[in-house]
Amino acid sequence: DISEWAPLQRNMLRVAAAHSHRVNRTFTRDMKVMVGVKRVIDYAVKIRVKPDKSGVETANVKMSMNPFDEIAVEEAVRLKEKKVATEIIAVTVGPTASQEQLRTALAMGADRGVHIVTDAETLPIHVAKLMKAVCEKEMPDVVILGKQAIDDDCNQTGQMLAALMEWPQGAFASELTIKDGSLEVTRETDTGMETLAMKTPAVVTADLRLNEPRYATLPNIMKAKKKKIAKFTPDDLGVEIKPHLKVISVEDPPKREGGAKVESVDELLDKLRNVAKVID
Amino acid sequence: ESLAIMLSFGARSAIRARPASAVAARSLSTLLVGEHADGKLSEATLSAVTACKSFGDVELLLGGSACKAAAEGACSVAGVSKVTFAESAILDHGVAEEWTPFIVNAQKASGATHVVAASSAFSKSVLPRVSALLDVAMLSDVIDVKDDSTFVRPTYAGNAIATVSSSDAVKVVTVRPTSFEKAPTSGGGATASPSADAPVAVGLCTWLSEEVKKSDRPDLASAKVVVSGGRGLKTGENFAMLDSLADKLNAAVGASRAAVDSGMCPNDMQVGQTGKVVAPDLYIAVGISGAIQHLAGMKDSKTIVAINKDPDAPIFQIADYGLVMDLFEACPELDKKLSK
Repeated sequence: DISEWAPLQRNMLRVAAAHSHRVNRTFTRDMKVMVGVKRVIDYAVKIRVKPDKSGVETANVKMSMNPFDEIAVEEAVRLKEKKVATEIIAVTVGPTASQEQLRTALAMGADRGVHIVTDAETLPIHVAKLMKAVCEKEMPDVVILGKQAIDDDCNQTGQMLAALMEWPQGAFASELTIKDGSLEVTRETDTGMETLAMKTPAVVTADLRLNEPRYATLPNIMKAKKKKIAKFTPDDLGVEIKPHLKVISVEDPPKREGGAKVESVDELLDKLRNVAKVID
Repeated sequence: ESLAIMLSFGARSAIRARPASAVAARSLSTLLVGEHADGKLSEATLSAVTACKSFGDVELLLGGSACKAAAEGACSVAGVSKVTFAESAILDHGVAEEWTPFIVNAQKASGATHVVAASSAFSKSVLPRVSALLDVAMLSDVIDVKDDSTFVRPTYAGNAIATVSSSDAVKVVTVRPTSFEKAPTSGGGATASPSADAPVAVGLCTWLSEEVKKSDRPDLASAKVVVSGGRGLKTGENFAMLDSLADKLNAAVGASRAAVDSGMCPNDMQVGQTGKVVAPDLYIAVGISGAIQHLAGMKDSKTIVAINKDPDAPIFQIADYGLVMDLFEACPELDKKLSK
């Protein structure tokens, strides 16, 4: 029934109208940026599937901040260095150990942290709801997340958060500029690039080309230890981690029988023409 | 015979006539969000039609100021039961904020159990928004469908394959086009009708401009042959060698992240975990070492050729034919011998 969705559309228009008087606001004093960071298996680790097919081995494996989130944090810090942003809040959802990645974000230049502590397997829909609760408390002007986590490869959380907040989104951003309180995002598409203009508050997800993240220096790592991290549970935020998906199995991908070498260009062409038959 | 009677009564009365236990098993139907260009349905959308075959009737949803021709053409695609389109400039350029209420309303109107699209920059941007408003989890980049609620998808850059079952009432799914055959463009008998629900501008986001690379070569994501270059090419100018090979093989040209990051070629050429996923008949990797993230985007290619002077490059472990040779000698020789 379409009629039950009319309120949704009306609400969206209301939100759009509410945004319109914020457009001319200039961020001279109080622009808050929120960044999301996720603890994942380090990108360089060759992962191992558990023998019982229940998942991927994470015990005694090197963990790091998701590379796309490093880019998100870097962008926030650059906004602060350009005196566009005044405060950066780094948020993570995960077990106690995720605090390590939050500290890394603080060492890169975030001002304070919010840790939503949970041992539950969280899906992007859960993380988006938890981040929404934090957004409602903190009211950031811009939220920057990575475009995807390199473990679940979902590429969903930023878009979901934007939808739940009824905010615009600039997904897969390779460039971000803030002019007179409105945001211009250049995003990567299948055929090239496109540029969007949006009102704030907004959610941006970082693509690889947005920037080159810095390394945290030792003095900054020491300073980060003094920065504050607020802790909440999903319960504190009134968010239920409802089950949606059940993992039936996790397996190794089929192995390729590669490894054969050819001696010359002639032999290569002969194989391609007469054995693989992929060229004329 | 009983099926024929049920059909003659129409779907509504058929459901009423069933015993209570059968009513509980909701009938399946799919809302397939399609993409189109130049009056034609995209090839990726044709692959998505195939992925939907166990999800009941397929209603194809198209939008944009010039989508009518594509909508009419799509009626003959085998597997499509209905085509709904909205000729509205609001839906041009795939702005996620504008598409989301359009798709959500269409799902509510049809009661579709599945909302599906082919993986693309557009669907990756829009469908999570739809999914959040429907309060369901989303399944990204599905490579196989076991049944209407069980899906197979790659995680960890394709190094772990997860089979996942969804208990959500509506399944929101993007499917990897290279994992499904394209549905035939003839044999279907759907009719196209304008959407009853005209999009209303939300206005949160304005599309300003785009920079699209024009090329006469086949599209990277669907080309039968792909020639890709990596850091080994050293400069952007040297990609001309690959362009020349590509012209002879009617191939698309791709690149590794290293080549893109060093500015040798534009981002939309990137093959890998964070770029495009390709599965051509022939993939020729030139000067690419074969990092996990690159392999994620090409290891389902039928035949893989690697040309690299480093005999220990990881790419040789998955290449069907590996040629250990300086690419600056190999490429010109290959080019010359392909001309014959």
